[in-house]
Order: sequence, then structure tokens, then C-alpha cells
Amino acid sequence: MSALIVQSLYKIFGSRADEAVRRLADGKPRAEALAGLPATAAVIDANFEVRPGEIFVVMGLSGSGKSTLIRMLNGLLQPTRGSVRVDGVELTTLKPAALRKLRREKVSMVFQHFALMPHRTVLENAGYALEVAGLPKAERRERAMDALRMVGLTEWADNLPHDLSGGMRQRVGLARALAAGTEILLMDEAFSALDPLIRREIQDQLLELQAELGKTIIFITHDLNEAMRLGDRIAVMRDGRIVQIGTAEEILTDPANDYVAQFVADVDRTRILTAASVMEKPQQVLDVNAGPRVAAKALRESQTSVVYVTGPMKRFLGTVTEDEVLRALREGRPHLDGYVSTERVRTVTADTSVADLFADCAESQHPVAVLDERDRLIGVIPRITLLSALAAATPDEPTQDQVELVGTKGEPA
Amino acid sequence: MSLTQSPLDSWLPRVPLGAWTESAVDWATGALGPFFDGVAAVVEALVRPLNDLLTGVPAVVVVLVLAGLGWWLRGWKFALGTAVGLGLVAGMPYWEETMSTLAQVLVASTLALLMAIPLGVLVAENKRASAVARPVLDLMQTMPAFVYLIPAIFFFGIGTVPGVLATLVFSMPPGVRLTELGLRQVDKEIVQAAESFGAPPWMVLLRTKLPLALPTIMTGVNQVIMLALSMVVIAGMVGAGGLGDVIMFALSQVEVGSGFEGGIAVVILAVVLDRLTDSAGDRFPSARAQRLARQAA
Ligand SMILES: Nc1ncnc2c1ncn2[C@@H]1O[C@H](COP(=O)(O)OP(=O)(O)OP(=O)(O)O)[C@@H](O)[C@H]1O
Ligand SMILES: [Mg+2]
Repeated sequence: MSALIVQSLYKIFGSRADEAVRRLADGKPRAEALAGLPATAAVIDANFEVRPGEIFVVMGLSGSGKSTLIRMLNGLLQPTRGSVRVDGVELTTLKPAALRKLRREKVSMVFQHFALMPHRTVLENAGYALEVAGLPKAERRERAMDALRMVGLTEWADNLPHDLSGGMRQRVGLARALAAGTEILLMDEAFSALDPLIRREIQDQLLELQAELGKTIIFITHDLNEAMRLGDRIAVMRDGRIVQIGTAEEILTDPANDYVAQFVADVDRTRILTAASVMEKPQQVLDVNAGPRVAAKALRESQTSVVYVTGPMKRFLGTVTEDEVLRALREGRPHLDGYVSTERVRTVTADTSVADLFADCAESQHPVAVLDERDRLIGVIPRITLLSALAAATPDEPTQDQVELVGTKGEPA
Repeated sequence: MSLTQSPLDSWLPRVPLGAWTESAVDWATGALGPFFDGVAAVVEALVRPLNDLLTGVPAVVVVLVLAGLGWWLRGWKFALGTAVGLGLVAGMPYWEETMSTLAQVLVASTLALLMAIPLGVLVAENKRASAVARPVLDLMQTMPAFVYLIPAIFFFGIGTVPGVLATLVFSMPPGVRLTELGLRQVDKEIVQAAESFGAPPWMVLLRTKLPLALPTIMTGVNQVIMLALSMVVIAGMVGAGGLGDVIMFALSQVEVGSGFEGGIAVVILAVVLDRLTDSAGDRFPSARAQRLARQAA
């Protein structure tokens, strides 16, 4: 079952919302559809499901409706139309008290500018959700301390937030959400106010925590690289609509439209693309029991100089070259056993990032062999393939949209 | 109204605003008499003992207590200044009047704040209340101070009670305004954070919004007290007693000397009260934390 289901969700600010929804229904761009209406469409017909334990990233430029969308997921904003179901509970029809209960038990949030209470210590901030829930002081303290331990801030427990750096403050924000113990975490541009290096660090920390805790995270960002780094799946928003949902790779290799294509043009592809996404089908694969004659025929037909050899259970054993096939023929051997070499070929796993492939490719005489988790050969990567993947990764002059995107990244706290 | 009214103006309707007001006041004094008596009794019961206390103990004790308070809130320099200033007042002939002015200011501004702060909260939380309150507050703040004395005399005669009540009403508006402003200025994201963890509205108000609005509310407290002091002096016109009486008497007799002495006493009292309440806010951890946070930013 999905942790969160959003269906035909709209949020219109201003008046005449019904009319606005009607006009937007056929998919026209919002500026055109709402011309003359005293209404702003922040979110238009959003549909998605978030699976338990995944990091679902919503990415888009400033004003595309991300904050509005995430605030409807815990009822901070009331949707104009549509449905939000958290853990099977329809949120849009909940009474205020029931909504507050749901927030306490199921969904917590991390904010862009940390939103810590300046008059409370780090520990009191971390334990805020527990205080709201009415837990006794000792238990509150213990659980808040546990959360601070997870983010490495126990020795700051009795300080006020202003003693901390930006990155540390956001770790308190994260601890506050973790201490609440909810399954779902909403993070609205949680790292956008931080310096790039600090941001990187806290991203790593989030991924580490996530590997351990397996929360369901909805993460908002306008930074593509951040989206690609964190997201199991990514939804791209434009002008209030979700234009594509997919994994980082799907969005990179198969953008739904020009807008997404332009958006992703400046990403560092070598970190996102994996061996599996650039590999090619191996030309010549033979079982080790095949005879040298079969190998010679294969070489002749494919006009290559190397054959990839697999053993029992299709496990990859190595390569044989023309010379060795000739030697086997001359020595009259019935199969290739004993001629297979692992000297001239490097192997990598399918999820190796392209950035880490260069060394292997350079050292491997033949195209690098890509193996799955059971050491079966699933593809090869010739040098030329790697080079052309790299070429696609280097964008031409940035377009106007990308310049804007880069501009919004360095936004100060 | 001039007797030689131009015939051109004769078509203008007469508006007997004065007569209407009179009959409204007449009705109110009759119908609400018991209510006004009750209010008067309460104010009397608050002012009298405080007045008796402040004038009853030796001046030195009062000076030392206020100087000690100044030390705690601002440090020894301010304590010394307070001691010297109030010592000067004690050395002049109007110490008792100064103390009775202080008593009236304290009662009037405390009552004003008890009403102004909850009203400010209501106005900040409720759009409709805000729409009603805004023009009323504007009107109250543009009305000349003397005007407040008129209904006070009507309902309560002359003396300390009408003086304190006129002062109370006159000094309330900045208390309401600054409470509203303070609450509205609280960082939206922090309020949302509180709400996002399921805090009910009262908890958000008491534990998040009010503490964060405190510095602004304290500015309101300071302004209310300052306005109260200025009004209490004017209330000397209705026989409220205290320094107002001294100054009114000096004015009517053109006695420069005693007028100056009374004036100096008011100024010294004003400075001491202003500085004390100005720094009182910083005694609250939330205010201090915010000041530090701002300095760091
Ligand atoms: N309370 C509001 N009243 C009216 N319009 C609003 C309101 N909140 C947001 N909007 C509008 O809705 C649109 C989407 O805003 P939103 O804040 O969700 O965008 P965003 O993607 O989070 O942008 P950013 O990256 O700047 O945070 C914008 O055009 C904005 O002006
Ligand atoms: Mg936003």
C-alpha cells in the first residue's frame, strides 16, 4: 500500500476557484487559462503516490507550486479540490482536532529556514513534538536526546539555536522531525538555505539516516543535482503542474518534454548515469564448453578479436582472443578451458556510476564487462561508448531557463 | 455659531450633535448608574491603598527600592541616576504629589494593559475584529487628551477616579496596536512549524506567538505607561490630585517656581519609568534570545 496518495489535487488562491478549476481541466497553461480571473493557480491536477520508505523529490523552479503542494500534504493548506490520503486516511475532510492528531502521529515537517523557536534550547526544540503530544518530561528528554544523537548534536543540547551554524540548526530541525517518530517526513527546500559544502554534508547525513530508519520522505528542492542525489523518484513541476515523474535516470535519459530536457541539461551526468545505462549488448558470448572451432567462426562472423566466455550458471569467466583460439585449434583442444584469461578485461557491477568507470575503461584492453549481482555478464562498455555518454553530459551554453535555475540556488537565508 | 449666518448657509441642516450626546449621557448615567458606581469603587480600592503606601513610607525607602530595581534591570549607573533624580524630587516640596501621581499611573496603566493585550490578541487573530478596531483606535489616538475628561466627569464627577479612568482609556490604544503588530510579525514559518507538529491554537499562541511577540508588546507597555503619565498630569484639571494639581494651580496663579518644580518632578518620573520598562522586556528569556539571534544575523 502507498504511504501517501494524491489525486486530482488543485490549489487556487483568490476568488472564483470553481471557475478556475473548470478552465484548467483541459490542460491549458495556467497563464492562458486564467486570464482575466482574480485567481492564482498554485497547484493544478497533481496525481502521485509515494511508496513507504522512498525519498520522493518534487523539483521545480521558483513559483511552480512546490511549497503549496507540500503544505497540502499535512493540511497546513486546505486543497481547493482533490484528495490527499495519508496512510489510507482522507485528509481533506478531517476536522481540526483529527487533523492535529494525524500531524502528531503520522507526518512531520522540516522547514527551509529551519523554523526553530529561538527562545527554546536545542533540546527543547528537538522535543517540541513530544511536548505537544503531552509526554512526561523525562521521556521527552530521553527521546529528544536520542534524536539529537542521530544528527550528532548531543553536546549542543542546552544551547540556544543562535549559538549554532546554519547546518547545525537544520540538523536540529531534522532531529525535531525525527523525534516526533512519524513515518512520513515532509522537507520543504530543507537544505536550500545552506552553503554548497554544508549542503552536501547534510545530504549525506540524510541518506545515512534514511538507510537506517527507512522513513517515507517527500523532499522539495529547486536544485536538480540535489534531486538526483536524494530522490528514489522525482516529480518535475512546472507552472503548477507535474510534468514528469520517474527515477533520476528515467528523467535524464527520457525527458517527457523540452522543458524537462532543458532542466536536466546541466546536471553532472557522470554521477547519475550508471554502467547499466550506458552499456551495450556483448557481441560474442560463448560457453566455456564451446569448442575452438565455434569460437573461430564467431570471431570471423563478427569481425572482432575477442570472445567473452561464461561458465556454469552463466557466470563470467573472462575473455579469449584470436591468438588463443588459434593456439587451441593448433593444440587440438575440444573446449576453451585453460585459454580463458582475466588479464585483459576489467569487470564492474551494473550500478557503478559512470564517473567511476573511467579508470577501468582505461586499463581494460577489451570493453569493460558489466556483471549483475550473480556475476553474470549483462553488458559491455567499449571506450567509445563511454566517451559519447560523456559528450552528452557536457552541456552547450546554458539557456535562459538554466541561468535562472542557477540563480535561485544561492538564495540567502 | 455666528449670529450673522449667511443666508446661503441657511439650507444646511442643523445637526444637534451636542444635544444628542447630552441625552445619551443622561440616559447612561441613569440606566448604568450601578455599573459606574461599581467601577468607581474598584478603581478607588486600587488607587487609595497604593497611594497611602507610597506616601506613607519614608521617601528614602521608595528611592532605594526604585534604585535597586534600576540596578537589577540596567546596572549601577542607571541605579545611581535614579537615586540622584528621585532624591532631588524628594528634596522639593512635592514628594507626596509625585507619589500619588505614580500610584495613579501604575493603576491606570496596569488596568489599561489588562484590557489592551487581550484585545490586541483578539484583533491579531480575527480579521473582522481587526477591521472594527482599526478605525476606533485611529479615532482614539487623534482625539485631544482633554476630550477624554468630559465623559469621565459626566459619569464620575471630579476627583481621582475620573482621572484614572480617563487615563486608562487614553493610554490603551498603543497597547492594542503593538500587541497586534507583535503577533503579526512573528515568523510565519515558526508558527507553521508549531502547527505542523499538531499544536492546538491556544498552545501556538501561548508558547510560540506571545513569547516571540514579547519585545514588541513590551514596547507597547512602555508607551502605555508614558501616555498614562502624560494624561494623569492633564487629569489634574478634574481634581485628580498629584502633580497635575500642582501644575494646574501654578498655571492659574502664574507661579513660575512651583510650576517648574512640578514639571521637573514629572520629567524625572517619566525618565525613570521609561528606562525601567524599556529594559524590563530583556528580563524575559524569549526577548533576550531574539535579540541575540538578531545580533548574530
Ligand atoms: N497565500 C497565497 N496567496 C496567493 N498566492 C499565493 C499564495 N501562496 C503562494 N501563492 C502563489 O502560488 C504560486 C506557487 O507558490 P509556491 O510558494 O507554492 O511556489 P514554490 O514552488 O514553492 O516557489 P519557491 O521556490 O519560490 O518557494 C506562486 O505563483 C505564488 O505567488
Ligand atoms: Mg517554496
